[in-house]
Amino acid sequence: MTHQPATESDLCAIVADARAKKTPLAIEGGGTRAGLGRPSQTADTVSMRGLDGIVFYEPAEMVICARAGTPLADIEALLAERNQILPFEPPDHRRLYGSSGAPTIGAIAACNLSGSRRISVGAARDGLIGVRFVNGAGEAIKSGGRVMKNVTGLDLVKLSAGAHGTLGALTEVTFKLLPKPETSATLVLDGLDDARAIAALSQALGSPFEVSGAAHLPAGVGADTARTLLRIENFAASVAYRIDELRKLVSGGAVIDDAASCALWRDVSECAFFGAPDNRAIWRVSTAPSRAPDLVRLIQRNGAVAHFYDWGGGLVWLAVDATGEARAKDIRAAVAVTGGHATLVRAPDEVRAHTQVFQPLSDPLMKLTRGVKASIDPDGILNPGRMYAGI
Amino acid sequence: MSAIAFPLPDPKILGRRDQIVAGLAALVPPECLVVSEDERRAFETDALTAYRRLPLAVVLPRSTEETSKVMAYLHQEGVKVVPRGAGTSLSGGAIPQEDAVVIGVSKMSKILEVDYADRIARVQAGVTNLGISNEVAADGFFYAPDPSSQLACTIAGNIGMNSGGAHCLKYGVTTNNVLGVKMVLVDGTIVDIGGDWLDAAGYDFLGLITGSEGQLGIVTEATVRLLRQAEGARPVLFGFATPEEAAACVSDIIGHGIIPVAIEFMDKLAIEICEAFAHAGYPLDAGALLIVEVEGSDEEMETQLKKIVAIAQKNNVKTVRESQSAMEAARIWKGRKSAFGATGRVADYICMDGTVPTSQLCHVLDETYRIVDRYGLRVANVFHAGDGNMHPLIMYNVNDPAEQEKAEKAGEDVLKLCVDVGGCLTGEHGVGIEKRDLMPRQFNTADLHQQMRVRAAFDDQWLLNPAKVFPLEGRAA
Ligand SMILES: Cc1cc2nc3c(=O)[nH]c(=O)nc-3n(C[C@H](O)[C@H](O)[C@H](O)COP(=O)(O)OP(=O)(O)OC[C@H]3O[C@@H](n4cnc5c(N)ncnc54)[C@H](O)[C@@H]3O)c2cc1C
Ligand SMILES: Cc1cc2nc3c(=O)[nH]c(=O)nc-3n(C[C@H](O)[C@H](O)[C@H](O)COP(=O)(O)OP(=O)(O)OC[C@H]3O[C@@H](n4cnc5c(N)ncnc54)[C@H](O)[C@@H]3O)c2cc1C
Repeated sequence: MTHQPATESDLCAIVADARAKKTPLAIEGGGTRAGLGRPSQTADTVSMRGLDGIVFYEPAEMVICARAGTPLADIEALLAERNQILPFEPPDHRRLYGSSGAPTIGAIAACNLSGSRRISVGAARDGLIGVRFVNGAGEAIKSGGRVMKNVTGLDLVKLSAGAHGTLGALTEVTFKLLPKPETSATLVLDGLDDARAIAALSQALGSPFEVSGAAHLPAGVGADTARTLLRIENFAASVAYRIDELRKLVSGGAVIDDAASCALWRDVSECAFFGAPDNRAIWRVSTAPSRAPDLVRLIQRNGAVAHFYDWGGGLVWLAVDATGEARAKDIRAAVAVTGGHATLVRAPDEVRAHTQVFQPLSDPLMKLTRGVKASIDPDGILNPGRMYAGI
Repeated sequence: MSAIAFPLPDPKILGRRDQIVAGLAALVPPECLVVSEDERRAFETDALTAYRRLPLAVVLPRSTEETSKVMAYLHQEGVKVVPRGAGTSLSGGAIPQEDAVVIGVSKMSKILEVDYADRIARVQAGVTNLGISNEVAADGFFYAPDPSSQLACTIAGNIGMNSGGAHCLKYGVTTNNVLGVKMVLVDGTIVDIGGDWLDAAGYDFLGLITGSEGQLGIVTEATVRLLRQAEGARPVLFGFATPEEAAACVSDIIGHGIIPVAIEFMDKLAIEICEAFAHAGYPLDAGALLIVEVEGSDEEMETQLKKIVAIAQKNNVKTVRESQSAMEAARIWKGRKSAFGATGRVADYICMDGTVPTSQLCHVLDETYRIVDRYGLRVANVFHAGDGNMHPLIMYNVNDPAEQEKAEKAGEDVLKLCVDVGGCLTGEHGVGIEKRDLMPRQFNTADLHQQMRVRAAFDDQWLLNPAKVFPLEGRAA
């Protein structure tokens, strides 16, 4: 059955009851990312959509607090009225999953989902400054708050971000905001191979011009020729000046304007190039930029993959055949060489059911993971098995 | 006399001191072990100097492996441990207790790797904050969080406290700039969390450890982000007749979509004290002063400063001092950067560190004067206005116990006020022992017990920095 609490205290009662009956709960936001993580193994679901609405929005303080079930689109529309944005460029992955429904702000926090701007302004977890959540005992807990700087007590805010609902059902999230940049432009270099492209991205990111997007799309990803992208977002005069300086630095390139730039970066952040109806399995790998081309080469040695790079090369998106274990062995072996971690973000249920979706952890980290899970959700009621078996 | 309580030392541990010291001596060479009372004195307090406790012994390991051996031994013996960087904590976070061994990272201070392509530095945890920026400055890079104590404080302590600095408005605090750590757990297990890539795998333990005040493990190595220096940086100084006008100016700047790298605020007394010390040319007739810094090319800074000056004029600014040279810029900053030191020469002080919503700055400032006045003391305010992180320096005489108590009470009242207007007890200095007993003001029992259970997942016997952060009363099992 699906519960749909309308208040935090309803949710507390539902979780306490589930704990008493030992019936675990799947937590659902907009349900657009049901394809993310290990398939849920619970009979009951809690939908967070009833916990909806803005708690407060203070443009002058650049902070917003919303209930977790609030659609992301509502929040972005409200912020747009005051020319503000969520800094980390939250991606809408409906194209990737071919799903409908409205992505929620709570799931963005729970999945620590960040787009291309992550390299310059931080991840969702960096923008998240306060949470309320219901733990596995049905208690409402708060951590963090509404101010930018806060080191009072243990930071359970960060712990909630990226826990995929296994450490509590988020009921309220508070994010810090940024002014919407006046305009943007993107410099496009054509025809570079991966290694030269990543070197150019590193050079640009090591410049003083505050590049806010740095991606490389090899030939065949969105166009026939390879494209290396560098984005500047700022006041108009600065965008013009900085794009000019970047062109000198990386020797040339064509410039695309704000509108085209925005559309292109949306495609990059949302991995539109591998979106439905393409049904290959999708991996997301985080590694050091300078080793990313090696990582791809190592994987390609054992069979074809399509790929592109975001985050200056530090984020590699891979598309592989959605059969067997979706190349998990090859990919994780390559990651073991280059360092980093790989997550299978899209694959059919049967593939995800017998593949380690998230990067396996070292024994001591796994032990800490178990300990922390037990300290928040002692009976494993919340999204059990979503990230790791038994967690 | 002391208002802040310390737990009674465990007599069993005190009684076994010789045996424990001998055990440590078998693990580390003599130069890594501090035993004599004289030498232990150097470790008895941190920058909260009103409180001090002699530790059982001090170990200064030279490597992660050595730290691991020492921790395994102390764990097996059931001995408490207080991790220590440079001991500049303002909240008593590094103050020892008589039945605990201090583990200091001062002998682990090498920079292990600098990589400009990936823009990272891998360092041993005892390296100083400024040491990193100095290492890469000639190549045009820096490590962003810049606490005023950066000459002395270590990256270990910065991670312990999630430290910030004047330029955090734009670049974030420690937690936003650390990519990986090597850490020794309470039982000696060595763990690697994250690395030189973005977003560590699994739960965000990096985020949890940063700001955990030495309660979850001993950090021995860190990988931090390096940033490229801006083409140029230029501060402008504004003098206002009243704090209200200065605060309104801050909101107005941000309201215009401008995020300067820093917006620092000083009140009348802070201006007087800093001017007398640093001769920075601050306007002594001003009721409040702002230092606003922008970055970019000359032309970009010119444009931004023009906008900012126009906004200040709309808010009745009385004095505007722009800096035309690096020397003038340094002079504007000099007063601000020496604020704590300068105040220290005038009187002893305790430095509060609450953060408030920026819309509440004026109200809190007003109330702070009223509160401190009520106790018959003086207060100078110098703080990071852009993010609402206030630093009232409450002045008193450390040799007068009655005055110390008054200062602490006044500080407590100010912090309660910060929480009541929607802020928090500490923005960057940490809870330590100083704010430990105020935690129930900000968190209810369920919140606190949840944090304590998470803590216990790392250290179920509460051996690591046990008397800090959480009230001694009512600790969760
Ligand atoms: C391992 C993995 C990696 C993924 N990576 C990405 C990615 O990088 N980008 C991307 O767009 N999508 C990714 N997804 C898919 C992503 O989860 C969904 O597309 C997106 O979160 C949908 O938002 P939603 O509101 O529809 O959330 P849902 O699909 O309803 O939920 C997404 C996840 O968040 C949890 N959740 C939702 N609301 C709450 C709440 N209030 N409190 C606690 N937990 C909650 C859910 O239990 C679920 O695990 C990933 C999925 C997985 C399993
Ligand atoms: C004059 C002055 C100015 C200051 N200005 C600022 C400022 O602008 N911004 C700011 O944020 N702070 C400031 N501080 C406070 C202080 O400098 C910071 O908290 C700093 O990070 C402490 O670093 P440290 O090396 O001295 O650590 P310590 O004081 O030795 O320790 C700090 C905490 O970290 C823990 N710790 C130490 N080493 C480790 C380790 N290896 N592993 C795990 N935990 C560990 C300790 O147990 C303690 O809880 C200032 C202090 C002074 C005296």
